[in-house]
Amino acid sequence: MAKGQKTTKRTQNFWTNFVLIFICVVWMVPVIGILITSFRPSEDIFKTGWWTVFPHKEDVEIDRVVLPETVDVNGPITYGGKTAMFEEWQRGVQLDDGTKATWYGNKRTRTLIISQNQWVGFATNLTLKNYQDVLTGKTITYKDAQGNTITRVGNNLGGAFLNSLAVSIPGTIIPILIAAFAAFGFAWLEFPGRNIFFTIIVALLVVPLQIALVPILQDYVGLGLNGTFLGIWLAHTGFGLPLATYLLFNYISSLPRELLESAYIDGASNFTIFTNLILPLSVPALASFAIFQFLWLWNDYLVALVFLGEKNQTVTIAVARLVGEKGQDWHLMTAAAFVSMILPLIVFLALQRYFVRGLMAGSVKG
Amino acid sequence: MNLAKTNAPSPNNNNVFAKIIDWFGSTLGKIFVSIFVPAVTFIVLWQGYLFLSKANAPQILQVIVAIVWGVGGVALLYLVTNWLVMKLPPKAARTLQPFVFVGPAVAIMAWFLAIPVVRSLIASFRNALGTEWVGLDNYVYAFTNPRMLETFRNNALWMVFGTSFSVGLGLLIAFLADRTKAEVVYKSIIFTPMAISFVGAGVIWKFVYTYKGTGVGIQEIGLLNAIVTALGGTPQPWLNIPPWNNFFLIIIMIWLQTGYAMVILSSAIKGVPAELLEAARIDGATETRAFFNIIIPYIKGTLLTVTTTIVIFSLKTFDIVRVMTGGNYGTNVIANEFYLQSFTYNDAGKASAIAIVLLLLVTPVIVNNIRSFNEQRKGF
Repeated sequence: MAKGQKTTKRTQNFWTNFVLIFICVVWMVPVIGILITSFRPSEDIFKTGWWTVFPHKEDVEIDRVVLPETVDVNGPITYGGKTAMFEEWQRGVQLDDGTKATWYGNKRTRTLIISQNQWVGFATNLTLKNYQDVLTGKTITYKDAQGNTITRVGNNLGGAFLNSLAVSIPGTIIPILIAAFAAFGFAWLEFPGRNIFFTIIVALLVVPLQIALVPILQDYVGLGLNGTFLGIWLAHTGFGLPLATYLLFNYISSLPRELLESAYIDGASNFTIFTNLILPLSVPALASFAIFQFLWLWNDYLVALVFLGEKNQTVTIAVARLVGEKGQDWHLMTAAAFVSMILPLIVFLALQRYFVRGLMAGSVKG
Repeated sequence: MNLAKTNAPSPNNNNVFAKIIDWFGSTLGKIFVSIFVPAVTFIVLWQGYLFLSKANAPQILQVIVAIVWGVGGVALLYLVTNWLVMKLPPKAARTLQPFVFVGPAVAIMAWFLAIPVVRSLIASFRNALGTEWVGLDNYVYAFTNPRMLETFRNNALWMVFGTSFSVGLGLLIAFLADRTKAEVVYKSIIFTPMAISFVGAGVIWKFVYTYKGTGVGIQEIGLLNAIVTALGGTPQPWLNIPPWNNFFLIIIMIWLQTGYAMVILSSAIKGVPAELLEAARIDGATETRAFFNIIIPYIKGTLLTVTTTIVIFSLKTFDIVRVMTGGNYGTNVIANEFYLQSFTYNDAGKASAIAIVLLLLVTPVIVNNIRSFNEQRKGF
């Protein structure tokens, strides 16, 4: 009985792990695909799938044969003991010696490529050129597969990276600061209208920001804030404040009352209590929201698109533009996507615990 | 009669007047400083703003100045305002100080969210340029135009399939991973896409779906087409085939959101008392029965919250569609139509009406949030 149970348990465990590993592989493969692609030369990317960098069996060219002029390419063609029509040769014919003959190009070439199916090891021709290409804003000259010299301006993702930092860092700290003040006010100070104001904040938690884009853009055009960092900080502050205030309020209002009362008795002012007591005590909540907001801003596309546009473009805008303008240049798009992902991934993996706490506390973000 | 009485100089009034003069005199210096300090603050901030809006300095320098100026500026504003308020007589200071704390937040939220609701509502009854009233025309468009109907259908697909798969898969993974040793590894892998932007995810999946066309000697470089070819099928331009392309876009959302559902649900599952499960097992309940009869009812609340959050997310989906198809080939969604109307066709009226439609769609959630908040904090 006990033994039977143990076996069932083991089978169960096996299947549980099997299903999870399967899901995880499905989850990871797309990312691995672009990571590998971003290091491959552009000619290779367009010729073969990224998975060919791993050891695999492939038809490798070993020889080229040019058929003599006497062979009629419009009739049956005989080579290596096989006779077939042009179309069949074009698709490739298995020869008796284990090699395969494939017609190269159109009929006039009269060329057969003789290839053999053999193992190919790991690809070694990986390159950092794609990254160099997307990061700089300088002109780059290189030779393409046909030997033509191509000159073009880099995509300046390096600059976009800096812009994203300039948007995200103040865009994270400013709302936190403002929200912390407000949360303290709502939690511990008495004033008329406190209840109504806070109810409105709760209502604003899930208001879609689309509702604000047109009116705010009108204001910005009037104020000359359109396309400026100040404008986008304010916008992100406005859109992030309800959640920030709500989260920090929940945290700050749960701090022990005695702590604050004893501070008041010692004669501390509200401002000192806030800066010397509340802020240091709220660090975990502040950190949770900070990570949340930082990732949100770094990854934001819509707000940056509307308020910054292509002046001071952020990484998301730069990558999206690349997709629009050079939709087949996978060597650029994959490298650019990775550049845009690297910082949030580091922040996320390093500070996951805080992030999760923030998620738990406010799973109603608008 | 009344007026005359008030204006009549009485000894009592004189006294008050004298007191005010007195107070003015004693604080004249302070007031001077009180004007001087904010003025200096303002000038410093203004100079920073001018530098940032016109500077030709190296970008890195601009960014550093931007960060210092932005963050320092806000801190400075609070310091100065608080300092000013504390200069007032104690009673006035006590009344005003809460507003120093909550005022900026309330003002910014009013400017960026609360007032725009009203402004968009007004704009939704006006024409493209906002010059004339057009009655319900924009709403007629929003609810009857074929373009809009298509977006409603697609958003419904996103909502139903995106949400159910994200929540379902998240729940499955949370439940399964809970009973393995490598739980952390599995969960991290599923969760990590949350750190990736929708634009980045768009590139990742666009590459999975990419299509080279059919012809001799062409090797598909997109993963999906390579798999299809390997299984003997014909490669397809997946993103161009309506209505199925919607599902290929929804997969991206599932890929991004399952981690979120999983993390929240996982912690809820861990909150199910072990004794409860133990008791069920002793009574001979299978794992499946324990899952449906104990775990699901226990985490019902969390399940509802997660579902709501993902439903809201799916209603507002924009970036994925924008980057992948631009809303073409029958994949348009409400938020993208909003974007097109406001920034491509410059029709503020229609755009506002669409934004209001989005707001209406999330209204039940807003009402529910307020209700549960009020219940939570009866003694607020």
